[in-house]
Formats: sequence, C-alpha cells, structure tokens
Amino acid sequence: MTDERLPDPSQWSCPAPTESSDTVQLAHGGGGRLTQKLIESVFVPALRNPALEVLHDGAILSLPPGRIAFSTDSYVIDPIFFPGGDIGSLAVHGTVNDLAMCGARPLHFSAAFILEEGLPLSDLRRIVASMGRAAAEAGVTVVTGDTKVVDRGKGDGIFINTAGIGIVPEGVEIAPTLARAGDLVLVNGEIAVHGIAIMSVRQGLQFETEMVSDAASLHELVAAALEVAGSHVHVLRDPTRGGVASALNEIATAAGVSIELEERSIPVNEAVQGACELLGFDPLYVANEGKCLAIVAPSHAQAVLDAWRRHPLGKDAAIIGQVREEPRGRLVLHTRIGARRIVDMLSGEQLPRIC
Amino acid sequence: MCLGVPGKVVAITRHEVGMQMGRVQFGGIHKEVCLSFLPDIQLGDYVIVHAGFAISQLDEAEAAITLEILRQMGDLAELTEADADAVPNTGSDAVR
Amino acid sequence: MRFVDEYRDGEAVRQAAAAIASVQTRPWTLMEICGGQTHSILKFGLDQLLPPALTLVHGPGCPVCVTPLELIDQAVDIAARKEVIFTSFGDMLRVPGSRQSLLQVKSEGGDVRIVYSPLDALKLAKENPGREVVFFAVGFETTAPANAMAVWRAHELGLRNFTILCSHVLVPPAIDAILGAPDCRIQGFLAAGHVCTVEGCEDYEPLATKYGVPIVVTGFEPVDLMAGILACVQALEKGSATVENAYKRSASRAGNPHARALVRRVFETCDRAWRGIGVIPRSGLKLRREFAALDATRRFDCGHIRTEEPTECIAGEILLGHRRPSECAAFGNKCTPDHPLGAPMVSAEGACAAYYAYRRSA
Repeated sequence: MTDERLPDPSQWSCPAPTESSDTVQLAHGGGGRLTQKLIESVFVPALRNPALEVLHDGAILSLPPGRIAFSTDSYVIDPIFFPGGDIGSLAVHGTVNDLAMCGARPLHFSAAFILEEGLPLSDLRRIVASMGRAAAEAGVTVVTGDTKVVDRGKGDGIFINTAGIGIVPEGVEIAPTLARAGDLVLVNGEIAVHGIAIMSVRQGLQFETEMVSDAASLHELVAAALEVAGSHVHVLRDPTRGGVASALNEIATAAGVSIELEERSIPVNEAVQGACELLGFDPLYVANEGKCLAIVAPSHAQAVLDAWRRHPLGKDAAIIGQVREEPRGRLVLHTRIGARRIVDMLSGEQLPRIC
Repeated sequence: MCLGVPGKVVAITRHEVGMQMGRVQFGGIHKEVCLSFLPDIQLGDYVIVHAGFAISQLDEAEAAITLEILRQMGDLAELTEADADAVPNTGSDAVR
Repeated sequence: MRFVDEYRDGEAVRQAAAAIASVQTRPWTLMEICGGQTHSILKFGLDQLLPPALTLVHGPGCPVCVTPLELIDQAVDIAARKEVIFTSFGDMLRVPGSRQSLLQVKSEGGDVRIVYSPLDALKLAKENPGREVVFFAVGFETTAPANAMAVWRAHELGLRNFTILCSHVLVPPAIDAILGAPDCRIQGFLAAGHVCTVEGCEDYEPLATKYGVPIVVTGFEPVDLMAGILACVQALEKGSATVENAYKRSASRAGNPHARALVRRVFETCDRAWRGIGVIPRSGLKLRREFAALDATRRFDCGHIRTEEPTECIAGEILLGHRRPSECAAFGNKCTPDHPLGAPMVSAEGACAAYYAYRRSA
C-alpha cells in the first residue's frame, strides 16, 4: 500500500472541517461543535461575566431605575491593529462613548462578529482579549453575542457590531437641539490624533514617527462634567468620523444656532500639525476616538474645564468656541489672523493632496 | 499647486545611485525625503519638501528680512493713520 | 512649526494689510496664479483684510482642474484593468471624467492607491513584479523634478512594470495666454513661489516686459501673500513692470539647477490642452523618446476615447478669471462638491470648491 492510494484530506475541496486549524473556518459560524469551541475558548475567557456564561440566546438583566439609553455601532476599521488600539478596543470605546454622549452610564453590551474565513485565530484572540480589557476598564459587561463566518474574500478580516445600554440619571437632559446662544464649546484635549495615527501606518503615507491613537472611553469625563454642572451641560458629542467640524456643523443645524470657533484656542499637538501640513489636511475634519465636545452654559463652563483638567483624559482641555445666533446653522472659524470663514461639511473623506 | 512644507534635516541616510535620502522633521513627525536636488545640504538645515523631495534650502536670513520689512512698513502705515485722525490723547500709546 | 507659524502671525498680517492700504491710491486687479495661494487666501480669510479697491482674481494654477478630460478618461480606463495598480496623488481621485472618476473605479474594485510621492509608486513596482504599476504624473513645474526622478530611477533600474501617465503643465505660457487674451483685466500677477523655487524667475522677465505688467514671486502663507500683494501694489503705483521676488527664503532667480537639469533630461516641452481653456502652445511636458518605454499611453491601448463635458460647466472662463464661480448658473445647485460637473468644484483649491466651502452664505 502506497501513500498515493490513501485519501489526502488536505486536498479536499468540500468544506468538511479539519479537527484543528489556526485560522477561522466556515464551520466556526455553523452553530455546531466548532462554534461552541470558539465561544468557550476565545470569547468567554476574555469577556467573562455571569450573564454571558449562561450562554443562552439572549441575556436577562435587571436594570437600575432611570431612563434607558441604547446605542449601536459597527466597526470596520482597517488596519485592524493600529498604534494605541485595535478593532476590538475601538468597538468598546465607541459604543461606551455613544452612550456617554447621551449622558448615560454605560452598563451592558452585545457584540456580534462577522469573521472572514482565513482570519488567523491568534488575531481573533488578541482582538477579543483587547475588547475584554476595554470593557473591564469601562465597567461594562458583554452579556450576549453572535458569530458568523463569511467566505474568504467577502469580509475584510473582521467586522464587529456592538450595541449597548446605559442608564441616564434623573435630571440629565442632553440633546444637540439644546445648544443656545451664549453657551461655550469645550473639548477635552488635542484633536485629530486618531485619524493621523491611522494614516501614519497606511502604505504609501507612513511616517517614521509612531503616532498613537487617542481611542478611549469617555464616560468618566462625562460623569465629571455632569457632577459639576448638571443640567447646564446642554450638548455632548464625540467627534469621530468627519472630525470636530462635522460634529459641530450637525449640532449647529439641529439647534438652529451658529457656532464660532477660535482657531488659536484649538489644541493640536506638534506631531499632528506636522502630519496635517504634509498631507494637506485640516485637523478640524480628522477623526478622533477619545475626544468629547461639550456645549455648556457660560456660568458653568469653567467648572467643567477645571473638572476635566483634573482627569487624565482631560489634561489639555480647552474652551474653543462659543454659540451665537447667526449665521444660523453654520460653523464659523475666527482664524488666527483675525478674519472669519465658514467651516462647511465635507462631502466625502479628506484625501492627501500635493496641491 | 504646490504644497511645499518646511522641515529640518535630522538625518542623511542612505545613498543609492543618483538618489540621496534623508529624514526631515516637520513639527513633531519625521519622514523620509529625497535630498538629491540639494547635494550640499547638511544636518540642521531647513528645506522645503514637495511630494517627498526637498526642492530648496530655506534661507533663514532672508526669512527674517521679510518679516522685518513688513513690520517697519506696518508701523509706518499705522503712524501715518494715527496722525491723520489723531485726537489729543492722554499720553497712552497711540500706536497699537 | 518653524517657518510656518511666524508666517501665520496675525500681527504681521495686520501690519502688511495696513501697509497695502497706505500705499494704494486707486483700484487694482491682481491674479494669483497658483491654486495653493487661492486655497490659503480663502482658508485664512485674507481677502477680508485687503482694501476693497484691490481685486484678487483666481487663476488656472490648479493642475487637477486643467488636466485634459481625455487624460482622466485614459486614467479611468487603465485603472480598471486587473493587472494594474494605479497610483496617484490624492488630488486627482474625485475629478469627474466623461463617465467616472478614479474614486468610482476604486469603489468598483479597481486597485487605485493614493501615494504621497512618486517614489512610493516606484517602490510598489519593485515589490509587485507581477503587476503593472502606473503613476498619474500630474503637476506644474514644482512636481516635475519628483516625477522626473521616478522615471529616471525606473529607467536605471531596468524596471519593466512601471509607467507614468503624464500631464505636466507650465506656468509662463499660461500667463502669456491670459495676458494676451482680449479684455484681459489683470494688471499684476502673483507668481507661484514653489514653481519659481524649482525653475527660477527668469522666464517671467520677458512676460513682464511684453505686457507691461509687474509679476511678483509670492509664497503661500498669509504673511507671504500679503508681502507679495504689497510688492505688486507698490510696483503698480510706481508704474513699474518688473519681476520681483517676495519669497526670497525659498525662491531665487536661478531656481534649483539640479532639479531643472533632471527635468530637462527626462522631459521635453510640447503643446498641451488645458481643460476648459484649449491648447496652449509649448505649455506641457512629455517624456523624451529615450524614456518611451515608461509612457503609459504607449503601454496601454485605450482605444478611441469619446470625451463628454457637461454643457453647463464654464470651467474655462473661471480658470481664466473671466467669471466668478458665483456667476455660474449651475453653481451651488446642479454643481456642488457632492456632485461636481467640472474639475474646479472637485479640487481642494479649485476656485469653485473654495467658493462653495468658504463663501456659500455670502
């Protein structure tokens, strides 16, 4: 008997799963034994909590009294690992922040994964472990989840959706429509860091300096602001895609007011400034993942600023602008040379330019 | 048409045939740049960089002169303005 | 940032504005030739600080805007091919061709990649011997040395899979065409500081003399622009028609001899069509015969390309400074950055895009 006459499973083209593999396979999403193994060996250890470990179709939770905030977001970032984080930690921070921007204390999450066949399991483990750490730091639990696998070529590695619930304390009213003339605009620190960090590792554009994303959970900063200023905090927003400019444009339109920024007051660090000059970017349009904008009544803005500056994520906090009546629905920049210009919404992404 | 950014030469690195590369610092970042068009460039010099190439060495003396000339012209213009619509003042600085 | 922040200093800009106001005795109309200057003026709001009697007209110094439609269509055709990695500066991605832009090709699966430098494209060619790497070599004289170096290196290395799609344009012939046109209202020019950094200022002397118009080499930061405008107004007030350099820290009369030499080694001048304007004689660069193997138009047969410009687009008149974007019937309604009809609405420094972004409420 020679080897040639024995069947060679590694040459089979049917999707019969081999016993062990170091990459994600279609069978991992099939709901059978391999799915079970994946959940028990990858997800549960990293995300461990009583509600999850019931491993039922859905989680049953008891919530404290108060209004429930509910938010969802999907994460498709490329590259999946970047300086300062990965798609896993981002999936936690992003949804924590969406809840925090409603004034809520984030509590419980769902996490749904769409994995591409061929994704190294070591990458998946790393991402889920990172999620676990981010969740633990933010004080949230991932109580339910789902995993699907798509054919090679149909997935870009990994997509994650997280949905979260939180409780909004009594008396807290946060909405973009509540900005009013006279309010001051605050930011907790240097802008444009995340977008430039991502750009700096992209082929064809890399820098020789490591730029670390600012991705972080902002619920403590929000809590600190609400503690000192309560209902005088009118609007909260985390300026992610589209940057500070897009977020403030949306708020100005929603509230029917104008927002004027003071260019000299906007914190931008030297590395980000250099990168933006080189690529021809305006930092106002570059994404952030650890920044919070607050629009606060003038009587309490200083108190919020002081509270933020006492927190590690707010040491560079600054008052960067003011809400006015006119021109309604518009964001205006008072430039460093003393002129004023409109800061419009961009129609698409900023692209690096040489002109 | 010409996004040319000033930076400081912090390293002169490899030399392939016909192509001298170096590292230039812009604000807080470093980037690899081709220095071939400035064969006499040295560490610490400032250059203008466009599309990954250094195209000129910044003349620091000339740079200072431009600012100084403007300053002088500006002061003169404001003095003239101030004279033209001068109101007897209490001795405070009339030229801002 | 050194050599940036001090040229954005509000006090210095204010002093320059005061100087201009004190020198100017009658209305003057100046053109700034370079899109980067247009962008800077509108981004910092400089025109708000200038005397109302000073009119700034924005010129065709936007290589994105003037790249012929046919070339965009060729780029789109080549970029869609499976074997091609199509590389380009980011500026070109959104420019509409007759049917598509490069960004649309990318979204449909074309391998279109943005690069910061042509050397990045060269690197891709070395790392991907099985693919054809094409670089969209667009620009004025400032970018020609970089593109020349990429071609030169590819030639020296014997790279078989690297070609360029060349659309280089030259400034002095454009100035000649603008000043030579009937009812030209331009009385003074701000020449492009980085073009002159590479090529020097000598080519502008015959133009200043021929048309009796002062030409001032000007930089890009607010202080530089004010300094250039001031020098131009002073020259006009004196009645002098000479070439002056207000960007001496970077540009010199002779330019950069090494860059100039390499450009002339690799390229030669040719007639070139400017989108919206038409053919300007000897206003373009093409590869010398020796480097024909690196010419993408020879490597790829694009067949007969039927170009189609939207009829409402008056880009040519805008680029020559005859009309303002706000005077175009399609501006702000049919033609916006979300659905641009022509190149000046797409380019970061195109007059139409700049007007839309910074001026819409005015």
